[in-house]
Amino acid sequence: MTAILFIAQRASAAVLAFAVTVHLATILYAVRGGLTAGEVLGRTRDNHWFFAFYVLFVLAVAVHAPIGLRNVLREWTRWHGRSLDVALALFSVLLLILGIRAALAVYVSPERLFG
Amino acid sequence: MRASHTQPGFLAALVHRLAGLALAIFLPIHFWALSGALSGADFLDKFLKVTQTPLIKIAEGGIVVALALHMALGLRVLAIEFLPVRERTRVAISICLAAGFAVGLAFLLNVV
Amino acid sequence: MALDSESALAVDVWRGAAEGRFQTFQVPRRAHQTILDVVTEIQRDQDATLSYRFACRVGMCGSCAMVVNGRPRWTCRTRVSEAVTGDGKLQLEPLRNFTVVKDLTVDMAAFFDKWRDAKGHFEPAPIEKDGEPGSPMPQADFQVVPPATPERQAADAGIECIGCGVCHSACDVVAWNKDYLGPAPLNRAWTLVNDVRDAGNDARIDAVSGSAGCHACHSHMNCTEFCPRGIAPTYSIAGLKRAMISRALGRKS
Repeated sequence: MTAILFIAQRASAAVLAFAVTVHLATILYAVRGGLTAGEVLGRTRDNHWFFAFYVLFVLAVAVHAPIGLRNVLREWTRWHGRSLDVALALFSVLLLILGIRAALAVYVSPERLFG
Repeated sequence: MRASHTQPGFLAALVHRLAGLALAIFLPIHFWALSGALSGADFLDKFLKVTQTPLIKIAEGGIVVALALHMALGLRVLAIEFLPVRERTRVAISICLAAGFAVGLAFLLNVV
Repeated sequence: MALDSESALAVDVWRGAAEGRFQTFQVPRRAHQTILDVVTEIQRDQDATLSYRFACRVGMCGSCAMVVNGRPRWTCRTRVSEAVTGDGKLQLEPLRNFTVVKDLTVDMAAFFDKWRDAKGHFEPAPIEKDGEPGSPMPQADFQVVPPATPERQAADAGIECIGCGVCHSACDVVAWNKDYLGPAPLNRAWTLVNDVRDAGNDARIDAVSGSAGCHACHSHMNCTEFCPRGIAPTYSIAGLKRAMISRALGRKS
């Protein structure tokens, strides 16, 4: 089990290396001279590539963050065992839901959502 | 302080871990804020205006540094585990820290 | 006559077991003194009840390992001049992450149990002799292992470990995770993974892939920093991680 978690952690790290580089570059470019919703959404609305990118990003994060947290909690607190694994699985689901929702929010124009 | 806690390798691991914790706490908030765009561009604009304060800008800079540091130090771990080259530890860690803070500086310079 | 820091050392020595206290001794400072000289002088001339270990005195056996001013090292190979603070103070403690038996001596049993659990011992290949499989007879001739092969070089890089426990004491993951096998057992497992004569690697890689195995290592590198033999367990453990991944992916596909 833990071998699988280790492999998933490293694999998601590789995906994130790419995604974070793109994201940081985008952020550094985007914040020049201030940030407005119009600018952000102008870039992301109806942009398939950005949407696909963010979905991939969210998936990788939903794998990577809980596994990392698991190590920290097991080593620095007394929490371990099944209850910890369940809690972290829930955290993973939370990240997935909130993340996909955020990606949708900046991709889908309101007309498409609300008709 | 025990010698094992003053070594660069341990400090690098500590920074990597603390940065990761900060990111894990930040991310749900970040996703929630972006989801506000579902209510329309106005919500996002209001949110962005509210978060213009210097304190929040510095906190944002901190998160950007945390992300850059976590990635740089994480890439170093991947290099140790998968590349056949032995690192010169002090040099490698210095480079990771420098890259992380450089990104943070670039962010703060761009956003001010 | 009060001895100043130029001619005397103030040595705080741990007395007791898990519970205890530091006892301070004054020891004359002498040229070329090692920490082992200091602790031996205390035990012989000042307090015969002090318990400590040494054997070879010349940096071959690893018995004298203890924590000197916060750093795990061999006392026979540490000059006072290297370790002492500016004001002539030394603090001697037993190795961290071991159960203390008394004063400066620790129980090494749990350490060697982890060695066993990591399958850090050679497994000879069962020989088929006259059609009888699995008979543990010696081979007809020596197996040829060229020293320049990558596997042998990888094994040789870690083979000089004498089980002194300094890395085990230095490792924070050993302190944080009671089940973690630790740098020395894992390093030994890696040398055997690279031993082409060994037949036990299926079980060995399983053993180091469990919940307390190689992936618990976060590459802090204290083991590599403090190993008195110059071994780099971090890279041995990295090799085990790669072997574990190959095995897991090989099994899946």
